[in-house]
Amino acid sequence: MNKKIAKKSNIRILDGNQAAALGAKLSRVQVIAAYPITPQSPVTEKLSEFVERGELDAQYIAVESEHSALAVCVSASMVGARTFTATSAHGLAYMHEMLHWAAGARLPLVMACVNRAMGAPWNILNDQQDSISQRDTGWIQIYARNNQEIIDSVIQAYKIAESIYVPVMVCYDGFILSHTEMPVDIPAQEDVDKFLPPYKPHTVLDPANPRNYNLVTLANPRVNSEGVLCHGYMELRYLLQEALQNSKETMIKVGQEFGQLFGRNYANMCWEHRLDDADVVIVAMGSLAMEATVAADMLRKAGHKVGVLGLRVFRPFPKTEVVKVLKNSCLVVVFDKNISYGLEGATCSEIKAALYGSPVRAAIRNFIVGLGGRDIKARELVDAVNRSLLSMKEGDLNKESPEWICDI
Amino acid sequence: MKVTAANLTEKEYLLPGNRTCPGCALALAYRHILKALEGQVIVTVPPSCLTVLHGMYPVTSVAIPCVNTPFASTAASASGLVAGLKALGKRGLTVLAIAGDGGTHDIGLQALSAAAERQTDFIYICYDNEAYMNTGNQRSGSTPLGAISGTTPILGKQQNQKDITAIMEAHNIPYIATANASHPLDLYEKVKKARAIQGTRFIHVFIPCPPGWGFSFKDTIKIGKLATETGWVILYEIENGVFRLTAASQSIAQRGSLKSLREYIQGQGRFKNITEEQIAELQRWVDARWKRCMARAGNSYSE
Amino acid sequence: MGTRECQHICGESSPAIGEAGKTGEWRNSFPKIDRERCLLAKQSKPSCFLCWLYCPDAVISKTIPVEINLEYCKGCGICAQVCPAGAITMVFEHEAGADKKD
Repeated sequence: MNKKIAKKSNIRILDGNQAAALGAKLSRVQVIAAYPITPQSPVTEKLSEFVERGELDAQYIAVESEHSALAVCVSASMVGARTFTATSAHGLAYMHEMLHWAAGARLPLVMACVNRAMGAPWNILNDQQDSISQRDTGWIQIYARNNQEIIDSVIQAYKIAESIYVPVMVCYDGFILSHTEMPVDIPAQEDVDKFLPPYKPHTVLDPANPRNYNLVTLANPRVNSEGVLCHGYMELRYLLQEALQNSKETMIKVGQEFGQLFGRNYANMCWEHRLDDADVVIVAMGSLAMEATVAADMLRKAGHKVGVLGLRVFRPFPKTEVVKVLKNSCLVVVFDKNISYGLEGATCSEIKAALYGSPVRAAIRNFIVGLGGRDIKARELVDAVNRSLLSMKEGDLNKESPEWICDI
Repeated sequence: MKVTAANLTEKEYLLPGNRTCPGCALALAYRHILKALEGQVIVTVPPSCLTVLHGMYPVTSVAIPCVNTPFASTAASASGLVAGLKALGKRGLTVLAIAGDGGTHDIGLQALSAAAERQTDFIYICYDNEAYMNTGNQRSGSTPLGAISGTTPILGKQQNQKDITAIMEAHNIPYIATANASHPLDLYEKVKKARAIQGTRFIHVFIPCPPGWGFSFKDTIKIGKLATETGWVILYEIENGVFRLTAASQSIAQRGSLKSLREYIQGQGRFKNITEEQIAELQRWVDARWKRCMARAGNSYSE
Repeated sequence: MGTRECQHICGESSPAIGEAGKTGEWRNSFPKIDRERCLLAKQSKPSCFLCWLYCPDAVISKTIPVEINLEYCKGCGICAQVCPAGAITMVFEHEAGADKKD
C-alpha cells in the first residue's frame, strides 16, 4: 500500500517572473545565461540574487546578448549541465538561429519566454507574436494561463526535455502575468528533487572518447569508418519531428506524475472550461484564454452554450484533442494575440489544419486582439462571439480574413 | 627544456586524409596547438575552414572532443563549456575556442570581447588567413589594404586591417600572443604556456593561405617566414602586461633589420593590383608598429 | 524512416583517418627522399625531423628513417622546401615508376 504523500501547501503571492525564477531554482539549474529585456528582466535579476546569496549553486554567466545566452546554454548542456534562460520579443528574435541549433542538436534546454510585442515600432507590452514566430524551430511550446502554471510548467519542462531531448519553451504573457501578483503554491524542494532525476546528456565531451558534434552533414546518408550507414540531414530532421510528434505521450505522463506528487494534474495538452455541452467553443492561449472563461460565463448567462478550449501546449499541436473537443461544436471562435501577416492568426490556421479531414463542420471565426498590449476585455470577447453567431446565418464556414478588435 | 622537432611529442590528434587544401597552414598550426594541449581539450569552432578540416558527419579528422557552434557565438559557446565544466566540478580540461579572422574580428568580436571582460577561463585562438576563406575569399576586417578578394575584386581593399591584439589588450587579460604557422615550435611553446595560465588567453596565429592569397602551396612556409622577416607579422607575447618579442622577431630586433615589405607582397596574387601609394602606406604602418614593439621590448629587456 | 543501423539522434561524428577519402589521389607530384642526404639517416639519432614537423597533414612518421604515407600525402611540397639537407625532391607522378620507393 503506497503511503499517501502529504501535500504541504506553501502559498505565496508571486508575480509571473518570480514564479519562473523559482521554477528554475527548484529545478536546481546549474548554468544560467539570461540577458535582460523588458518584461523579463526581473527573472534574470532574481536568479542572480539566488546565486549570489548562495541559495542556488549555479554558474550565472552575464552574457552580452541573447544570442550568446543561448549559445552558453547549448554548450553547457552538451557538457552535461542543466541550463536556464529567459527572454522576450527581440531577445527571442536575436537568438533565433540558436533556437534552431538547440533543437537540431537535440538538447534539453528550458527557456521562459515572457511574451512581448515585436518592433518596429518599439512596444514593450504584451502579445504573443514573439514566440508564435518561433513555432517552426523544433521547440516544445507551452503557454501558461496563470502564475501557478508558470512555475509548474518550468519544473515539468525539465523532465519532459531531458526524457526526449527536445528543448522546451514556457511562454507567459508579459506584464499581464509577468508583473501581476497572484497566489502560487510553491512546490517543496524535496518534492521537486523526487520528481526530477539528474540530467543524463546524450553528448560525450571526453578526450578519452572524442566526438565531434554537429559537423557539416550531407544531404544523403553516409557510411562511417565502421561501415555503418549513418543519417543524412533529412533523417536527423525526421527524428526531431518524430520526437515532437511522440512528445505528447511524455508530456501526459509527466503531467500525471506531477499531479500525483504536487496535487495539480497536467495530463492534458489543453484545458477545458464548460465544454461538456457547448456548441460554441472559444479557443485561445495563455492569459487571454482565462479572460475568455469570463466571457464564456457571461454568454452562458445570456443563454448561449459556450465553452473555452485553452491550448496549453502549442507545439506539438494537439490535433487529436482539438478534433475531439470541437466534435459537437457549430461555431469556433479563435482569438489570436498574434498574426501571421498575409494570412491570419496562427492559432486559427492551426485549428483549421487540425480539423481538415475530420467530420467537424463548425464555422470558424478569427479575431486578432491585444497586439502591443491593447487591452482586451471580456465584454469585447462577448461582442465578438455574438457577432460571430450572427455571421453564421450567412452560412460561411470560413471568412476571407480575420477581424481585428481594436476597441479602446 | 626548450622544445625542438627532435623532442616534440609524436602523438598526433590531427589525422591524415582530411579536407584541407595541400599546404594548408591551418592544418599545420592546429596539429601543433593540439600537441601543446596534449589533446586534453574541448574545442569549440564556428563555421570556417577549420570546420571543413574537422570533416563531415559521421566522420571527423581530429581526435578531440569538439562542439560546433554558429558563426557569431564561438566565445559564448566556450563560455558555456567553461560554465558547464565548472558546474559539474570537472577539472583538467582546457576549453579552446578557435575561430578564423571572420569569426573573431568581425561577426564574433562581440562575444569574444564579452567573454574576455567576464574573465572567462579559456584559450581563444584566432587563426588569421586574412579573409573569409571558407566561403571563397571575401574580405574581412583582417584583409590588408590593397588586397584583392571576392568582395574587393577590382579595386582591392581600401582600408588596412584592424589590430586584433591591440583590441584584446584593452581587455586586461593575463596572456596575449602572436604566432605564425611557419614557426610551429614558437606556436607550440605559446600554447603550452597559455595552457597553464588562468583567465582569458588570446593567441593570434598567422595563417598563409595558398589559394586565397595566390601563391603556390609549396611556398606556405616560405611566405609565412617572409611575413615575419618583413615585419608584417611580429612574434610577441604579453604576459600580465609585460611585452616580450619571441623567436625570429626577437632575433631580428637584436641582430638585424626588417626586410622591405615589398618582398612579402610581390609573391602573392592577391596583391597584383596594389598601388605604389598603398605599398608605401603599408610600409609606413609596418615600420611604425615595429618601432613601437621594439620600444616595448626594449623596456622589458632592461632586467 | 531513418537509417536503421544508426543510433544517432544528432550529428555525432567519430575520428577516423581518410575522412576526405584517399587524399593521395589529389596530388600530381610526390616527395622522394634521398636517404643519403637525409640528416637522420646520416646521424641515425633523433635530430632534424623538420619534414615531420612541417607536414600539414601529419603523413610523415617520426621514425628513422622517416616514412611518408603516400595514400594520404597531398603532394604540397612543403617537406621538400623545408628540408635543410635538400634531401627531398618532388617528382611528378607521371614521371615516377610503379615503385615510388627511394
